[in-house]
Amino acid sequence: METVAGMDATMLARIQFAFTVSFHIIFPAFTIGLSAWIATLEIMWLRTGIQHYHTLARFWTKIFAVSFAMGVVSGIVLSYQFGTNWSRFSEVVGNTIGPLIGYEVLTAFFLEASFLGVMLFGWNRVPPWLHTLSSVIVAFGTALSGFWILSANSWMHTPAGFGIDENGITYPVSWFEIIFNPSFPYRFAHMMIAAYLTTSLVVLATGARWVRAGRFMDEGATMVRMGLGMVAILAPLQLVVGDLHGLNTLEHQPAKIAAMEAHWDGSKVAPFVIFAWPDEQQERNRYELSVPNVGSLILTHEWEGTFPGLLDFAPEDRPPVVPVFFAFRIMLTCGFIMIGIGLIGTWLWVRKRLLTTEWFLKPVGHAWPLGFIAILAGWMVTEIGRQPWVAYGILRTADAISPVAASTVATSLVMFIIVYGIVFSIGVIYIYRMLRRGPKLVPHEAQALPNRPLSVAQNLGGEQP
Amino acid sequence: MSNLEFILPIIWALLIGVAVAMYVVLDGFDLGIGILFPFLRDESERDQAMNSVAPFWDGNETWLVLGGGGLFVAFPMAYAIIMPALYLPVIIMLLALIFRGVAFEFRWVAKPNHHKWDLAFTWGSIVAAFSQGLVLGGLLQEITVVNGQFGGGAFDWFTPFSVMCGISLVVGYALIGATWMIMKNSGELEQHARRMGIRLLFGLLICIAIVSLWTPLQIPRIAERWFTVPNFYLLSQVPLATLILAWLCWRGIRKGRTVVPFAAAVGLFLLALLGLVVSNVPYVVPPTVTLWEAAAHPASQFFLLIGAVILLPMIIGYMVFVFWVFRGKVQPGEGYH
Repeated sequence: METVAGMDATMLARIQFAFTVSFHIIFPAFTIGLSAWIATLEIMWLRTGIQHYHTLARFWTKIFAVSFAMGVVSGIVLSYQFGTNWSRFSEVVGNTIGPLIGYEVLTAFFLEASFLGVMLFGWNRVPPWLHTLSSVIVAFGTALSGFWILSANSWMHTPAGFGIDENGITYPVSWFEIIFNPSFPYRFAHMMIAAYLTTSLVVLATGARWVRAGRFMDEGATMVRMGLGMVAILAPLQLVVGDLHGLNTLEHQPAKIAAMEAHWDGSKVAPFVIFAWPDEQQERNRYELSVPNVGSLILTHEWEGTFPGLLDFAPEDRPPVVPVFFAFRIMLTCGFIMIGIGLIGTWLWVRKRLLTTEWFLKPVGHAWPLGFIAILAGWMVTEIGRQPWVAYGILRTADAISPVAASTVATSLVMFIIVYGIVFSIGVIYIYRMLRRGPKLVPHEAQALPNRPLSVAQNLGGEQP
Repeated sequence: MSNLEFILPIIWALLIGVAVAMYVVLDGFDLGIGILFPFLRDESERDQAMNSVAPFWDGNETWLVLGGGGLFVAFPMAYAIIMPALYLPVIIMLLALIFRGVAFEFRWVAKPNHHKWDLAFTWGSIVAAFSQGLVLGGLLQEITVVNGQFGGGAFDWFTPFSVMCGISLVVGYALIGATWMIMKNSGELEQHARRMGIRLLFGLLICIAIVSLWTPLQIPRIAERWFTVPNFYLLSQVPLATLILAWLCWRGIRKGRTVVPFAAAVGLFLLALLGLVVSNVPYVVPPTVTLWEAAAHPASQFFLLIGAVILLPMIIGYMVFVFWVFRGKVQPGEGYH
C-alpha cells in the first residue's frame, strides 16, 4: 500500500478531517453563543432604550461577522470532504444521515445566511424591531443547525432506526429513531451548553479587561455581569449533563469509557485515575496516581460498582487510549475552573465587589480560551473514542476511505494546513484586536436618524472598528 | 421498478438542477464582482462594488452546499464517484472560496492595510470560478468507473477541454458581475461597468461558441443527441435563443437600461445549463451511471423531499425579502463597518 511519511491514505484522511473539523468547530461554537448574546442585547435595548446595550450589540455584531464568515467557509469544506476522502462512508450511510444534513441546509443554513445580511447591513434599512427579529432568527438558525449536525454525528456513535441491505448499505426504517438516536439528546444538550458557556467566558473576560483598564465602564460592567451570570448557571449544569452523557456512553460505547478512564480490568472496582501514562502494549497504566472507588462511583453511582475495562475488548476493537484519556482530563480541568470562576464571581457579586476586585478580574481576563480548549478536548474524547469505527458497529474507519492515492490526500492536507494556518490565524488576530480596541461610541443622534444624511453615513461607513 | 423508484430520482435531479442554477446565477454575480475587482479604478469604486454584494454572498453560497448536499443525499453513489474523481479541483475551489469569503469581512477590519485582502478577494473569485469550470469539464468528458467506484487517476480531469470550460466560467461570471454593478451601482462605477459589460459579452459569446462546438466533436454521444433528426429541429432553438438574449443584453447595456442586461445575462447562463442537461440526460455520472442506478433508497429521497417541498418556497420567500430590503442602488459609504 502506498504511504506518505509512513501513513496510508486512511490515516492521512483522518488527520485531514480532524484538522479541518477542529478549526471549524471553534467558530460555530462561538457564533451559536454570540448570536444569542447579540439578540438578547437588542431585545434589552428595545425594551429599555438604554444606549450602551445598543452600542454593545453593534460592537459584538462585528466580531460575529468575522467569526461567522470563518465558520461558513470552513464548514463548506467538511460537506465536500465526505465525498472526496470518505466516499465509501457516503455510500454506506448516505441513506440514513444524508437527509439529516439535507435538513440542516434547508431549515437552518439558508435561514442564518439570509438574515445575516439584514443583521449586518440592515441597520438603516429596516426598523429596529425587524432588525432585532432578524438577529433572533439568526440565533435560532445557528442552534437549529447544531440540532441537525449533532443528530447526524450522534447517529455515527449510536446508530438506530436502520437496516442493512445485501451490499452492506444502510437504509432507513424509522426516521424518528434515526434523528433521536440514543446519544443525541445528551450530546445536543452538552454541546449547546458548551457553546453558550464558551461565548459567555469570552464576554466575561473581555468585560473584565475593559473594567480593569477603566475603559467603556458601562459596557464592560454589563458584560462582566451577564457573562458571569451565564457561567455561574451553565458551568455546574454542564457537569450534570456531562455526567448523564457519560452514563449514556457507558451503555452504548463502553470501550470509549474504558479508554477515558484508562480502566483495564473490568472485574475490579475502578479508581478515579488522576494521572497515568496508559501503556497500550503492556495493557496497564504507568505512573498511576488515583483515588480508589471514585471511578466506579462516578460511572455506576455505586461505591463497589464495576464496568467493562479495556481488556474486555479485543485489541482491534479498542480506541487509542492515550489521547482519549488525556483529552478527557483537559476537558474536566477546564470545566472545574469555569465552575470555580462562577462560584467566586457570584460570591463577589453578592458582596458588591465584583467590579473592583483586582485579583478576580485579572485572571478572569485571561480565561477566554477555556471554553474553546474544553470543546476541542471534548471532541477528541468522543471522536477518537469512537475509533476504530466511523459508524459504530456498522463501518470501520479503515473501510470508509475513498479510492484515492495517499499522495493526493497528503497534498490536499498540506494545502489545508497552509491555508487554514494563514487565514484563520489572521482572523483570530483581527478578532483579538477588535476586542482590545472596544466599541466606537457614536453620537446618539446619528443612530436615531432613519435616513441619515450622507455626511453622517460616510462618517460611519469609514469608521474604523 | 415501482413508480416511486422511477419518479423520485427524476424529481431530485430537477431539484439539484434548480439548486445548481440558483448557485451559478447568485454566486455568479458576487464571484463576478471579485473577478472584476482589479479593474475598478479607485478605493471608493471597490468599496461600493463590494457593498452591493456583501449582504447576499453568504446566502448565495448556501446553494452550493445544497447542490453538493443534495447529490450526497439523493444520489450517494454518484457523489461517491464524482468527488474522488474531481478531488483536486473541488479542494482548490473550496480553498479559493475560503479566501474569497473571509475577504468580505477581513478587508474592512484590516483597513487601511487591506491590499492583501483585495488580492485574496480577486484571486479567490477567479480560482473558484475556474475550478468550477474544471469540475464541469471533468464531469462532461467521462469519469473512469470500475465496479461502481472511481477507478481513474488524480489528474484525469486536467484536459484542454476542461481548461476551456474554466476560462468560459470566469468570463461568464464576470459578465453577470458587470451587469449586477450596472443594476446596483450608480455614477462613474455604473458607466465603467457598462463598458466592461460589452467586452465581456462578446468574450462570453466566443467562449460559448467554442465549448458548444468542442463538446460534440469530442463526445460522440452528445453529437448524436444534438445533430440527429428530429432532435435537431427542436434543439437548434437553443443557439437561436442564445443569440436573441445576447442581443437583448447588448442593447440593454448600450441604451442605459438597468435590469435588462442582468436579466439577459442570467438567461444566457440558464440556456447553457439547459444545453448541458439536454446533452447528458439521463446520466448523473456521464456516460456510465444513470439517475436510477445512483439513487438513494426511496425512503431517504422521499423523507427529504417532503422537507424540500415545504421549505424551499419559504427559503425563496425570505431570500426575496432580503433582496427587497436591499433593493435599489447602493449609495457610496453605505455599509455597517
